[in-house]
Amino acid sequence: MTGHSTYTPKSGFARWLERRLPILGFIHESFVAYPVPKNLNYLWTFGAILSFMLVAQIVTGIVLAMHYTPETTLAFDSIEHIMRDVNWGWALRYAHANGASMFFLAVYIHIFRGMYYGSYKEPREVLWILGVVIFMLMMATGFLGYVLPWGQMSFWAATVITNLFTAIPYVGNSITTWLLGGYSVDNATLNRFFALHYLLPFVIVAIVGLHVWALHVTGQNNPTGVEVKDVKKETVPFTPYATLKDAVGLVIFVALFAWLTFFVPNYTGHPDNYIEANPLVTPPHIVPEWYFLPFYAILRAIPNKLVGVIALFASIFIVAALPWLDTSKVRSGVYRPAFKKFFWVFVFVSVGLGYLGAQPAEGVYLIVARILMAYYFLHFLVVLPLLGKYEKTLPEPRSIAASLGQAATEEKPHA
Amino acid sequence: MSNATKAEPSRRDILFLATGAAAGVAAGAAVWPLIAQMNPDASTLALASTELDIAAIPEGQIVTVKWRGKPVFVRHRTKQEIEAAQNVPLAELPDPQADSARVKKPEWLVVVGVCTHLGCIPTGHEGEFHGWFCPCHGSTYDTSGRIRSGPAPSNLEVPDYAFLSDTKIKIG
Repeated sequence: MTGHSTYTPKSGFARWLERRLPILGFIHESFVAYPVPKNLNYLWTFGAILSFMLVAQIVTGIVLAMHYTPETTLAFDSIEHIMRDVNWGWALRYAHANGASMFFLAVYIHIFRGMYYGSYKEPREVLWILGVVIFMLMMATGFLGYVLPWGQMSFWAATVITNLFTAIPYVGNSITTWLLGGYSVDNATLNRFFALHYLLPFVIVAIVGLHVWALHVTGQNNPTGVEVKDVKKETVPFTPYATLKDAVGLVIFVALFAWLTFFVPNYTGHPDNYIEANPLVTPPHIVPEWYFLPFYAILRAIPNKLVGVIALFASIFIVAALPWLDTSKVRSGVYRPAFKKFFWVFVFVSVGLGYLGAQPAEGVYLIVARILMAYYFLHFLVVLPLLGKYEKTLPEPRSIAASLGQAATEEKPHA
Repeated sequence: MSNATKAEPSRRDILFLATGAAAGVAAGAAVWPLIAQMNPDASTLALASTELDIAAIPEGQIVTVKWRGKPVFVRHRTKQEIEAAQNVPLAELPDPQADSARVKKPEWLVVVGVCTHLGCIPTGHEGEFHGWFCPCHGSTYDTSGRIRSGPAPSNLEVPDYAFLSDTKIKIG
């Protein structure tokens, strides 16, 4: 979309640079003049919040890497060294560990936002798939990072996750040995996990670049799901309107982040991870970090190893197919009364699976996990395709302006 | 380009093909070490075997020794445990294997202590069959280390081992 104003370099240097590398103009088009629908609500601030979290994780991570030792006999102690000896080390580590939690909290809200308002629908399929790729990279990075402190949970998380690959017929064991660099999780594993944990965030940065690029090609969705028809009337420039709204959202979000980091820094952690890794003793109750729990519940719900692993990966990959599984022509959930109900059931099921992932895999927990898992897949494979066919939707507004009840001649605050 | 309409390959086509093939081989040769370095290194492969004096293990006890970075359970089975392991109809087992095929001497069971589901260490003398119970995802094994219930697909692995004497075994 074209913006409200075009960039005109003011200083002599800016004019000189613009002729050689038009980067200032590019930044102006993308983050200053870029038109955003004027009816965006606070759920649309999570893109900026996620960008902030990515940078925060990279910055705290790089400085932590200056004090951490990726070697099995030293790793656990180097974490305690960071916590006790390194200047502000405790704050940096707690910010990094809780930052991962906050990053995932934000990404889940961002994903559910996209699901509710149909942000994955034509023409935003590529934008959506790139988002799912980022989510998967985040999961990989989060898992690799969790192994580094070399506590009991670290070690057994690494063991269980790498053993997922042994489920692959014929070549599974060779692949797992290759991933581990040995026959069990050991020094070779820890060292490469550290290397990859340092690498992947920069891959995420690259994919986020593509994600933002795709977003700026199609333009943002908005709560009505109706495309912008009149840029002048229905959009406002990114700066200051979206920038400041994002800033307000970010301040509230960071307040929660600070509360976690400074008041309950171990709330999302597990006490067993303060016991050094012991390859001969599995803790009686192992659980992943909270942001993996729904997928963990799906893995455990199936009493067959290979099928369980397939279901785990399918539950993530299926999200990428959403643009083609949701057949409804109406984009926003606001005008889809039946979808709205099913959406909230889906949210409940996802959170429920998260709860069950933290419970022992037995008795009634297991039965409920199986029911919720079945519903999780039914939502994608049956409910969404059929809703598109049979749902009686409400009339969409003719335009964003019409939804706001604005006459065509009304004055708008334009920068 | 008089031969442009003919299907016959020119000298240039052959050169292109040969260059492309050489580049492909070179790329493969360059990638190979980058992939192969991930596999276990020489120090990991040079695995010492583990020897264990079993005279000190009383009946009913399980001793865990480390071999290849993994635990190995050496279990001195009681009479009841041996009978329980031998008397199970093979049809009841998810991974059918006779107890006699898993032991060298009935009193001594030697198995790799890694759950065949996702690699956790099962705890001994627990679970419905009093063999092992895996705390991670609830697999139960019997007194022969065979999978009886839960998500694990196969029995606990029996490693290569030998009795050096009546009281000494060598694993690996």
